[in-house]
Amino acid sequence: MNLRTFLLGTCSAVALAGLAQAETLTIATVNNGDMIRMQKLTDDFTSKNPDIQLEWVTLEENVLRQRVTTDIATKGGQYDIMTIGTYEVPIWAKQGWLLPLDNLGPEYDVDDLLPAIRSGLTIDGKLYAAPFYGESSMVMYRKDLFEKAGLTMPDAPTWDFIADAARKITDKGNEIYGICLRGKAGWGENMAFLTATANAFGARWFDENWKPQFDQPEWKNALDFYVKLMNDAGPPGASSNGFNENLSLFQTGKCGMWIDATVAASFVTNPKESTVADKVGFALAPDTGLGKRGNWLWAWNLAIPAGSQKAESAQKFIAWATGKDYLKLVAEKEGWANVPPGTRTSLYENPEYQKAAPFAKMTLDSINAADPKNPAVKPVPYVGVQFVAIPEFQGLGTAVGQVFSAALAGQMSVDQALASAQQLSTREMTKAGYIK
Amino acid sequence: MATLHTRSAARLMIAPSVLLLLAWMIVPLAMTIYFSLLRYNLLMPGMEEFAGLTNYTYFLTDPAFFQAIFNTLAIVLGVLFITVVGGIGLALLLDQPMFGQGIVRILVIAPFLIMPTVAALVWKNMFMNPVNGLFAWLAKLLGLQPFDFLANAPLLSIILIVAWQWLPFATLILLTALQSLDEEQKEAAQMDGAGAVSRFIYLVLPHLSRAITVVILIQTIFLLSVFAEILVTTNGGPGTQSTNLTFLVYAQALLQFDVGGASAGGIIAVILANIVAFFLMRMIGKTLEA
Amino acid sequence: MARNVSTGRKLITTVVAWTIGILIFFPILWTFLTSFKTEAQAIASPPVFLFFDWTTENYSEVQSRSDYLKHFMNSVVVSFGSTLLGLLIAIPSAWAMAFSPTKRTKDVLMWMLSTKMMPPVGVLVPMYLIFRNWGLLDTRTGLVIVLTLINLPIIIWMLYTYFKEIPGEILEAARMDGASLSKEIIYVLTPMAIPGIASTLLLNIILAWNEAFWTLNLSAAKAAPLTAFIASYSSPEGLFYAKLSAASTMAIAPILILGWFSQKQLVRGLTFGAVK
Repeated sequence: MNLRTFLLGTCSAVALAGLAQAETLTIATVNNGDMIRMQKLTDDFTSKNPDIQLEWVTLEENVLRQRVTTDIATKGGQYDIMTIGTYEVPIWAKQGWLLPLDNLGPEYDVDDLLPAIRSGLTIDGKLYAAPFYGESSMVMYRKDLFEKAGLTMPDAPTWDFIADAARKITDKGNEIYGICLRGKAGWGENMAFLTATANAFGARWFDENWKPQFDQPEWKNALDFYVKLMNDAGPPGASSNGFNENLSLFQTGKCGMWIDATVAASFVTNPKESTVADKVGFALAPDTGLGKRGNWLWAWNLAIPAGSQKAESAQKFIAWATGKDYLKLVAEKEGWANVPPGTRTSLYENPEYQKAAPFAKMTLDSINAADPKNPAVKPVPYVGVQFVAIPEFQGLGTAVGQVFSAALAGQMSVDQALASAQQLSTREMTKAGYIK
Repeated sequence: MATLHTRSAARLMIAPSVLLLLAWMIVPLAMTIYFSLLRYNLLMPGMEEFAGLTNYTYFLTDPAFFQAIFNTLAIVLGVLFITVVGGIGLALLLDQPMFGQGIVRILVIAPFLIMPTVAALVWKNMFMNPVNGLFAWLAKLLGLQPFDFLANAPLLSIILIVAWQWLPFATLILLTALQSLDEEQKEAAQMDGAGAVSRFIYLVLPHLSRAITVVILIQTIFLLSVFAEILVTTNGGPGTQSTNLTFLVYAQALLQFDVGGASAGGIIAVILANIVAFFLMRMIGKTLEA
Repeated sequence: MARNVSTGRKLITTVVAWTIGILIFFPILWTFLTSFKTEAQAIASPPVFLFFDWTTENYSEVQSRSDYLKHFMNSVVVSFGSTLLGLLIAIPSAWAMAFSPTKRTKDVLMWMLSTKMMPPVGVLVPMYLIFRNWGLLDTRTGLVIVLTLINLPIIIWMLYTYFKEIPGEILEAARMDGASLSKEIIYVLTPMAIPGIASTLLLNIILAWNEAFWTLNLSAAKAAPLTAFIASYSSPEGLFYAKLSAASTMAIAPILILGWFSQKQLVRGLTFGAVK
């Protein structure tokens, strides 16, 4: 008791001393589950760093992206730490908008970061953002429904098997839909999935001269396959389902399969949130025998805008939030299965994690198998599996996503959609000066 | 009253508002016109160069441009139609004697007080969602396939949501106007043996014309730039089926971060809005003078 | 009531009106009910209406994520501040326009209204740059200024239509009686203008409270009002209907209650000179 009082006393003394020069960090982040958890655990950080206070701006992904991009491009300086994706990091770093993270402290162990994730955040040998969680894509499926239908999911399925199984499992009368896939328009929503899937079908966004390739047969095969499959075995309203909507559907037992981000694995196996927690199996993202699986690579990262006056405190926070101790902290409070995945080699070597997270191996394999430098079967001029790492892609990807979403909703045919996508992208790429 | 002295005093009193609004209009407008002539993408700073009218050409030839104009007008006209017709009906109903009139009015007024974002979120998720929404449950109850509102009738769904928000506004204005109709006039008409229909056409409707004009004017101003409802529910899709002009400009500004293109779009939208405003003002001006 | 209406007819009207009223109100009621459900109950099929285990856990969850009171205070300051500032600027103008109108008064009014037709997205970047240069980003002052400018035309127009209804003869009569200008304003004009000002105030507080584009884009943490508070619930991971409902209820309740309590003034405010 005495010791505790003493400690408390010192703490508050330190806090009081700190208040004189307390620094407030404004952190912009996404409203994803792992970030909300981080927000709730920040007492741990502020008690260790009483001179730093935190203000959170938690927004839906698209709104967040617009807010932080506008702010950093106009040097508005409203945020001290921004949550940004693997897509933004290289583009922003090249503009000199980000501060290299070279002061994360001796305990941070940069070499422990998964090489695939780390290389996407490193430009000219400097780390510009620290990964908070990383993901690839994989198949999540209901073991019970597969058993009932007499099917066995291979570790590395083909698209033909997936489509066949999805149709067999579908039981619309009981609201069981064989497969849930993204359909909501957006470069980070349906186009992430479709671009990655198209890679497996041998398609690509652009040829070596930046000429759009939507008029090629590979795209037609891919989109045709997707639309037909979703019409036969997908849930109603699929054209407005993104990651979050599909997650709810899967958690409430309405999907037989779901191909999406590996990070979802811990949500669908969490008995507190999922009604099918004990019935989920995992497999690699499907292929078509052309040599690409089309599993993507993504990470949500914390970065500091260049010119920040609070860089030192900001780096402290980033080191805390993406460090090894944070993983332990989450494990203590919420169990190992819920730690933010996909960033550190040591996590996947941890026997406790392997035991608690049945999806650990599949996640790691998927992340390691992703190849952003050579995403498609044919050569491409760009980097990125489920996106094209050029600034114009957000607008272009979303516009094409709208067209494909309309094809899924039955508002236009696959051919019309592809013709329209081809026209759109030729126009935008000409405007942006890629096509001379 | 209008002596020289009071007139200059009046000018002085009007000046602050006029100057402020002038600044509010001109400063952003001038910057927007300037930006609209540049090749200016936020994501590529330092590359700004004079681009002439390129941005305008691209915006006007955007495959979605005419659809966006059509959708803008469809939203304005659709919502106006529902709210004016529904508003007249509701106003006539609420004008009748009944029990608990005050409470009914409280119920009817409520949607007007709701944030557009909240209204759109609630309608999208809890009502129109084809799996978990209430409408889907109702459809299943009746043995029908759930209808996927936002994918199959996106524009109509948005019109419905927006109309729900504006119906109270129209109802209340029309109700106030109705209540000012002379009780004696109504009775006199009744004495003359005029039926309910002819009383409505010859007495009530002319009396309401002024109120209807006001409803149309105020709502049009807000409806031309409907945005939050579209962003939250359909994101302009599927395809561009629910993209209006404001949303098209938004896509340029905050998805492509093409400030030049968005500025050109903004200028075009302002011009179009002013054309609409011109006709509206002529129509309104006449009724309001009377 | 001058009219003789049979009780039977009154009953039918009552039933019809109540049914329609409840239907119109239902989405809000449903949101309120859902906010007390668990996430699983919120999407249950068939839906549960009243008989479920009422819980307040959604509210504590929402509160633990973002401080409601802070956002609420920002909303209050911004909406009241902008409306009061707007009134301060608008009252003299509307007064002058109503009592010494010129040929151009109508045109000026219409021009003012037309400034509301510019799509805000088109000028976001210029505005952002201006705000940055003046240090107004993420400040309540900045939001007050923008919302004042946005709603000023509506305020002026509403006041103008009210002031026009004040008969000029009364003023002249008062003047004949030898009332000084200050007495004229205090005893004659103010009592007649107050109801109009009150309803203008109310309507514009509502409009400012619900404005979601500028308030969201020009604020970050310190000045963020309730519109930003809602923005983090729009499409989160996992089941969210109940939490969304709780956050929605918290965001709309204050303005709903204000609107209901001042219903009479508000209704009068909504006429915009439509009634003559």
